[in-house]
Amino acid sequence: MKILICISKTPDTTSKIAFTDNNSKFSTDGVQWIINPYDEWYALVRAIEIKEADPSTVLHLVHVGGVESDPIIRKAFSLGGDQGFRINSDIADSFFVAGQIAQVAIEGNYDLIFTGKETIDYNGSSIGGMIAEFLDIPFISHAVKFDMANGNAIVVREIDGGEEIDSAPFPLVVSCQKGMAEQRIPNMKGIMGSKSKPLNVVEPVDISPLTSVVSFDLPPAKVGVKLVSAEHPEELIRLLNEEAKAI
Amino acid sequence: MSVLIFIDIAEGKIKKASFEAANYGAAIAQQLGTFASAIVLGKSEDLSTLGNYGISKVYNLLNESIHHFDAQVFTKLIADANETIGANVFVFSNTTTGKSVAPRLSVRLKAGLVSGAVALPDTSNGFVVKKSVFSGKAFAHIAINTDKKIIALNPNSFSVIKTEGVAEVVVLNLEIPAAKIAVQSVNKIIGDVPLSEADIVVSGGRGLKGPENWGIVTDLAKLLGAATACSRPVSDIHWRPHHEHVGQTGLAIAPNLYIAIGISGAIQHLAGVNRSKTIVVINKDPEAPFFKAADYGIVGDAFEVVPKMIEAIKKLKESV
Ligand SMILES: Cc1cc2nc3c(=O)[nH]c(=O)nc-3n(C[C@H](O)[C@H](O)[C@H](O)COP(=O)(O)OP(=O)(O)OC[C@H]3O[C@@H](n4cnc5c(N)ncnc54)[C@H](O)[C@@H]3O)c2cc1C
Repeated sequence: MKILICISKTPDTTSKIAFTDNNSKFSTDGVQWIINPYDEWYALVRAIEIKEADPSTVLHLVHVGGVESDPIIRKAFSLGGDQGFRINSDIADSFFVAGQIAQVAIEGNYDLIFTGKETIDYNGSSIGGMIAEFLDIPFISHAVKFDMANGNAIVVREIDGGEEIDSAPFPLVVSCQKGMAEQRIPNMKGIMGSKSKPLNVVEPVDISPLTSVVSFDLPPAKVGVKLVSAEHPEELIRLLNEEAKAI
Repeated sequence: MSVLIFIDIAEGKIKKASFEAANYGAAIAQQLGTFASAIVLGKSEDLSTLGNYGISKVYNLLNESIHHFDAQVFTKLIADANETIGANVFVFSNTTTGKSVAPRLSVRLKAGLVSGAVALPDTSNGFVVKKSVFSGKAFAHIAINTDKKIIALNPNSFSVIKTEGVAEVVVLNLEIPAAKIAVQSVNKIIGDVPLSEADIVVSGGRGLKGPENWGIVTDLAKLLGAATACSRPVSDIHWRPHHEHVGQTGLAIAPNLYIAIGISGAIQHLAGVNRSKTIVVINKDPEAPFFKAADYGIVGDAFEVVPKMIEAIKKLKESV
C-alpha cells in the first residue's frame, strides 16, 4: 500500500487575523505556522497507524509551497512518513494546488490519497475532491473512520445529519476529520529522524488558476453584551423573543 | 447563459439548505438577467414547489440506481445534463454533499469554484463572491475568472424569500455510470435538525461538569426545536459525540441563535460560531471571554439559570 498525504501550512489558531496591501494580503507579521490540524491530527496520524499495522506501507507527504515551508514538512516527518515532495511554488488557488498534487500523484501511482477535510485558513474543502477528479478516481469526504477489508477501503463518513458506511476500491481519495485518529506529539527519536528523511523539491507544472483573491475584510465587531440578572432569566427570554426575535 | 442549482434530497424530501441555495441561485439569475433551473438526482416530493423559490425549470433524473450518493457519478451526471441545459453558473449548498461534488465539477468543467459563499456575487466588475475564511474570523472576496462558475453557499447565509410560482418539471434521460463506492449503511444520528442547517443551536462546554448533566442542554434544545453542539474538550473526553464539536477544528455554524452554556469562549471556539446572528452566553465567570462576543448574557450558575429559562419559554409558549 502506497499512501500520499497532503500537508498544508496554516497560521496557528491563535494568530491575529489582519490584512495588508490595501486588505489584499494576509498579514504574516508575527504569525506562527502550523501543519493544518486536519492534515496532521487525522490524515497523517491515521496513515502512520496503517504503516504501524503493516510496515510494508509506504508513506509520502506532499506540500505546495516555497522553501519557507520546509520546517512544516520536517515537523510532519517527526511524526512519521518516509519521504516528502515539496512542489516549489506559491499558492494560486485550490484548482492550482490540486492540479500540482495530482501531477505528483499520477507519477507516484498511489493506492490512497489522504487530505484533511479543509484548511483552517481558506476553508475551501475542495482539494481532495479536485485531486480525485483530476485522477478520475472515487472520493470520500469527511471520513471519521478508515479501515481495510478484502482489498477495499471501508470508510465511515459524516453526512448531513448522520453517518454513512461506504466501501470503495483503490485507488481512492479520502478527506479526513475528527474521529480518524488521535493527535500525537512527536518524540525525540522522531524529531532526530525527521532531519534525514528525503525531501524532494519538484518544480510546478503549468496550470492556470481559475480564481483570484480581490480583498479581505473582518466581520463587524459586536456592539457589546446586554447582561441580564441571574435572578431573572425570564427577562432574557423576553428579550430574545421581543427584541432579537430569535425565539 | 443561465443558473443551475443542485438540489440535494434525503429520503425523498428536499433538504432545507437546498431551498436556500435555490433561492440564492434565483437571485443571481435575476441579477444577471437570466433564469434559474434546478437539477434533482433521484425521486423526490413535489418538485414544482421549487417555483416558490424562484426556479423556473426542474430537471429530474428518476432512476432507482442513483438512490445512493457517489460524488464521481453525481459529477458526471450534472456535467452530462448540462450539455443540454447549458448553464454557466452552478450553485451548491456547502454541505457534505456539496463539498464532495462541487470541487469535482470545478475540475471537470474548468469552472472556478468559491466554496463557503456568504453573500450574492458582486457583478459590477467581473464576478466576485464573498466567502468566509479563517473559520469565520474574516471574509475574502474572490473573483471567478472563468466563463463557467461554481458557488457553494454556506447554509444559513441567505434569507429565503418565498414567492408564488410553479416550476416546470422535466424528466432527464441520462446514462448512469456504475458507482465505485458502495454505501453499506446509513445511520441518522442527529435527529431532525442537522447542526449545520439549524436555526437555533444550544451548546454546552466543560462547565457542565459531566455528560450526566446534559439534560438541561437537550431539554432547552428540544423546547426550542434546536440542534445541540459542544466545545472541543467535551467531545474529546467523549461526553458528547464528535459531530457536535463546533469551532475552528470542528463544524463552523451560523445559526440565527446560538446559546452557549458553560463555554469559556476560547478563540478557537469563537471562530466556528461567531457568524451566528444572536449569541447568548450563560457562564458563572463574569470574566469569561465569551461575553465579549455575545449579544446577551447571564453571569450565573447554569444549573440554576437554564431550568428557569426552560420554565420561562414554556410560559411564553403557553401565552401565544
Ligand atoms: C489548535 C487548537 C484547535 C482548537 N479547536 C477548537 C474548536 O474547534 N472548538 C473548541 O470549542 N475548542 C477548540 N480548541 C480548544 C479551546 O482552546 C478551548 O480549550 C476550549 O474551547 C474550551 O472549552 P470549554 O469552553 O468547554 O471549557 P473551559 O475553557 O474549561 O470553560 C468552561 C467554562 O464553563 C464555565 N463554568 C463552569 N461551571 C459553570 C457553571 N456551573 N455554570 C456556568 N458556567 C460554568 C467556566 O467559567 C468556564 O468559562 C482548540 C485548541 C487548539 C490549541
